[in-house]
Amino acid sequence: MIALNGIYKSFNGREVLKDVSAKFAKGKCTFVIGASGGGKSVLMKCMVGLITPDKGVVDFDNRDFYGLDYKEKKLVRQEIGMLFQGGALFDSLSVEDNVAFPLRMFTEMNKSELLDRVNFCLKRVKLENVNNLYPSNISGGMKKRVGIARAIAMNPKYLFCDEPNSGLDPLTSRVIDELIVEITEEYNITTVINSHDIKSVFDMGDHIVFIYQGKRLWEGNKSEINDAGIKELQEFIKASRF
Amino acid sequence: MKFLSKLGSYLLFLRACFRKPDKWRMFWRSFFSEVYKMGNDSFGIVAIISLFIGAVTVIQFGSQLQGSLVPMTILGRIVRDANILEFSPTIVALVMAGKIGSNIASEIGTMKVSEQIDALEIMGVNAASYVALPKILAAIFAVPALVICSMFLSNVGGAISCYFSEMVTVDIYIQGLRMDFNGFFITHALTKAFFSSFLIATISSYNGYITEGGALEVGSASTMAVVQSCIAIIFFDYILTQLMLY
Repeated sequence: MIALNGIYKSFNGREVLKDVSAKFAKGKCTFVIGASGGGKSVLMKCMVGLITPDKGVVDFDNRDFYGLDYKEKKLVRQEIGMLFQGGALFDSLSVEDNVAFPLRMFTEMNKSELLDRVNFCLKRVKLENVNNLYPSNISGGMKKRVGIARAIAMNPKYLFCDEPNSGLDPLTSRVIDELIVEITEEYNITTVINSHDIKSVFDMGDHIVFIYQGKRLWEGNKSEINDAGIKELQEFIKASRF
Repeated sequence: MKFLSKLGSYLLFLRACFRKPDKWRMFWRSFFSEVYKMGNDSFGIVAIISLFIGAVTVIQFGSQLQGSLVPMTILGRIVRDANILEFSPTIVALVMAGKIGSNIASEIGTMKVSEQIDALEIMGVNAASYVALPKILAAIFAVPALVICSMFLSNVGGAISCYFSEMVTVDIYIQGLRMDFNGFFITHALTKAFFSSFLIATISSYNGYITEGGALEVGSASTMAVVQSCIAIIFFDYILTQLMLY
């Protein structure tokens, strides 16, 4: 489980996150929703350690991330998988080398074990015979799937997805959504998803956190969302549906 | 104030770079690939520039010596010392700042804006060390090697110029080249090459690493890397020459 407690972050005096607290349960997909510029991406970057919050605690299964030393942080990071908006695949490496990268870096697997694991991960995201292609030779949807394969290569405990459906057609979006849900349930991962896509939120969101102007305005299940009684949330959902 | 802040940020970047690599095998693979890329791909341009620098130096000094009472054997010596002490280490460094400096900054800058650096950080990889350290060490190895080639080729260029211009015979030029050779000049030139290569690689890596935005900012980072590297090379050229030769 990941728990956030009183996260504050400001840039040049402008407060982007104000006292954000939330919980992200194990084996569930938790969506962080909100308008662009509302602080979702900054919150995710604070959670994965790319931006240090000014105040507050990010807790990974009772380990206060910002209270850990360099080596301990590194170990927590190896338990994190992340799917970036643009895939963030390494341009100079083939699909196979991209997926193998964390394995080469942090394990002592021999060549055949490594190839088996890479092929398993690629098969898991329904990609085959693409090992020798480069990121520039594959489509956006395939890049996201390779990104998921790379994220799950190390059997992560925590999976972060930043706008997994952005730039994808509805069919491919559906495939990516289903993959994330399947992987979360299969490996009992704590999954956090930043999204604008209300359809995905209602299809696969176990738990939802609504961020508005840097504040967590609401947190709950999708069945409760219509009765939340929060004007900003209702407006966001209404606007997203149309 | 802004300069001090930048300097501090550059020093912190260097500290992050010079941490032990996460995996030595991957580091060496990357290091040898960079050495090959920097050395092999730059040899052509360095060879052409060096040959022409030597040739032009012979013509310029030769035209001033003609008609004077100074023996023409001195021409070889002047050209040799000028090439070894200044032209080879400094001009090769400036050319390398343009060639490999912009390449390093744009490569790392593109990785930064396309979130590849973030992906490395999240995996638990020391991104600064992973992307920059092999390039820095490769430059420290490749640039002095190119400077040695340049020293030799610029003197060859001088000989070719003597052959075609008939200002002085090639034999007299070579006699001058062998006159009163001071081995310390090589040490001086290689010290300058070492500092220049370190400055080029670290300044360029730093400029790439702090890039934020998109393609426009990558271009700016690349330009800044070349400009700052050139200024740093000239500045340290003066300091080292003052310290070592005076």
